[in-house]
Amino acid sequence: MTNTEVFLQQMIIGLSNGMIIALIALGYTMVYGIIELINFAHGDLFMLGCFLALTILGALGIDAAYDPNSVSLAVLPLFIAVPAFCAIVNWSVDRFAYRPLRSAPRLAPLVSAIGVSFIFLNLGLFWGGLPMDVFNGGVAAAAPKDFPALVSRTNLLGESSNIIVRWNEVLVAMVTVPMMVGLSLIVRFTRIGKAMRAVAQNQTAARLMGIDVDRVIGATFLIGGALAGFASIVWASYNETIYFQMGFRVGMDAFTAAVLGGIGSLPGAVLGGVVIGIVRAMSEGYIAAEWTNVVVFTILVVVLTFRPSGLLGTPTREKV
Amino acid sequence: MPEPLLSIQNVVAGYGPIEALKGVSLNVRGGEIVTLIGANGAGKSSTLMCVSGLLRARKGTVHFDGADITGFKPHTIVEEGLAQVPEGRKIFPRLTVLENLELGAYLRRDKQAIKTDLEKMYHLFPILGERRKQLGGTLSGGEQQMLAIGRALMSRPKMLLMDEPSMGVAPILTAKIFATIRDLNREGMTILLVEQNAHLALKIAHRGYVIETGSIVLEDKAESLLNDPRVKEAYLGDDD
Repeated sequence: MTNTEVFLQQMIIGLSNGMIIALIALGYTMVYGIIELINFAHGDLFMLGCFLALTILGALGIDAAYDPNSVSLAVLPLFIAVPAFCAIVNWSVDRFAYRPLRSAPRLAPLVSAIGVSFIFLNLGLFWGGLPMDVFNGGVAAAAPKDFPALVSRTNLLGESSNIIVRWNEVLVAMVTVPMMVGLSLIVRFTRIGKAMRAVAQNQTAARLMGIDVDRVIGATFLIGGALAGFASIVWASYNETIYFQMGFRVGMDAFTAAVLGGIGSLPGAVLGGVVIGIVRAMSEGYIAAEWTNVVVFTILVVVLTFRPSGLLGTPTREKV
Repeated sequence: MPEPLLSIQNVVAGYGPIEALKGVSLNVRGGEIVTLIGANGAGKSSTLMCVSGLLRARKGTVHFDGADITGFKPHTIVEEGLAQVPEGRKIFPRLTVLENLELGAYLRRDKQAIKTDLEKMYHLFPILGERRKQLGGTLSGGEQQMLAIGRALMSRPKMLLMDEPSMGVAPILTAKIFATIRDLNREGMTILLVEQNAHLALKIAHRGYVIETGSIVLEDKAESLLNDPRVKEAYLGDDD
C-alpha cells in the first residue's frame, strides 16, 4: 500500500465513523440547545439501540456468518423498529426523569441524566447476557458481541484495489446524509422546527406565542432519540461488534464532537463529528490506537482554548 | 354595566417566600385602555404574568371573556385570545423579523389570513417591512418594541397585555408607539397597559389603577388620576 492509499483508506474510515458520531452528537446538541442539559444517557441509549438491532436480527434468524449479496432486506425492520424504540425511550426519559426537574437548579437534571445513563448501562449488561444465537460466544454478559454486516463485504472498487470501499460505507452515507439534511429542513421550515428554535432562544416568549413548551421539548427528545437509533444500526453494521459499554465510548466521542463544533449548533455537531472521526482514524493509522484518545482530547483542549464556544458555536449567550 | 372582558379577583401570587401580589383585583371592559401604574417592584409585571399563566395564582381568580382561566397553561391562555407584549420585549434575537412575526401566529392555521396580517403589520410599522429579513437582535430598542407588538397582534387577540412598552425606547419612538396603542384601541382592541411612565400611560388610558407593594391603592378615571395630588406627587413628578 502506498502512502496515498493509506491516507485515503483512513480518510474513508474516519469520514464514515465521523458521520455516525455526528448523528449521535446532534442528539446531544439539540437537547442542550433547548434545555441546556447535557443528556449523559444519550450514548447509552445508542447502545440499547444496537442491542435491540441485534436481538431483531436474531429473531430473524440471521447470525454473524451472514453475508448478503448487496444490501440485505433485513435492514428494513431494523430501520423502523430501532429508531422508534430509541425515540420513545428518549421521550420517556425526558417525561419521567427530566421534566419534573425543569424548574430545579440545573445540577439536578444533570445528576438525573447520569443516573439514567447507569440504568441504561446495566440494562445493556443484562441484555447482553440473554442467550441468543446471534450473540456469538454469547452467554458472558459483558463480552463484545459480533454483529453481522447488514450489507455485502465485497470491495466496490474491485478485488485488486488496495483501497477498500464496501457497501457499508455506502449504507453509512445513505443513512446519515439524508438524516442531517432532513433535520435541518425540519428545524428551518416546519412549525415544530420554528417552535424548537423559539423555545431555545427564549422560553418565556415562546410560551407567550402559544407554544406548548413541554411538548416541543418532548419532540426534541423524540427526534434526537430517533437519530441515535439510526446511528446505532449503521454503527453496528459498520464496526461489526457491540458491547454494553460502547455507549460511554461512542457517546464520549459524540459529546466531544458536539462541544468541539459548538454545543447547541446543529452544523457544529456535524462538523465536530466528522473532525473527530477523521482525527481518530488518522491517529489509529499513523500513531497508535492507544494514543487516539490523547490526540482527540488534546485537539479539543486546544480548540476550546482559542474558541471557547466551539468551532461554530455562538459566543456566550446571556439569559435574562 | 356590561360584563368586564378581563376580571382579576383577589389574586395572591409570589416567588418562593416573597408575596408579590397580596390580593389584587381589577377589571377591564371590552374596548377600554386600562393602565396599571406603580413603582418598580410594586407588582405590575407580576399581575400580567398571573393573567398570562406564567405565574401561578395562589389565591383568587382570573376570568377572561366569560371563562375562568385561573391556572390555565400559558399556551391555552393565548388560545383564548389574550396576547402579551412582555417586559423587555423578549423578541427572538436569532430569528428574522418575519420569523418573529410568524411565531406570533403560531396557533393559527389560516395561511392566507396570516399573509394579509403580515402586510397589515408592515403597514402599521413600515420599518418592520424594510427589515423583514434582518435578525431580531439587530434591531434598535424601539424597533424591537414594535416587533413585539406586531408579534402579539399576529395571534389576532381579543385583548392585549402590554408591559412597559416605553422601557429602553428612544423618546421619539415612544411617542410613535403610544400613538399606535391609541390607534389600535380606536379600532376596537382592549388593552391592559402596565407603565412606569405614568404620565404617558394616563394620557391615552380610559381608566387607571395604582398599585403599591402588591395591593391596588387607587382606582379612577385616567384624567382624574392625572389630577390627583397623590398620583401627581408620587408618579408624575413636577411638570413632566
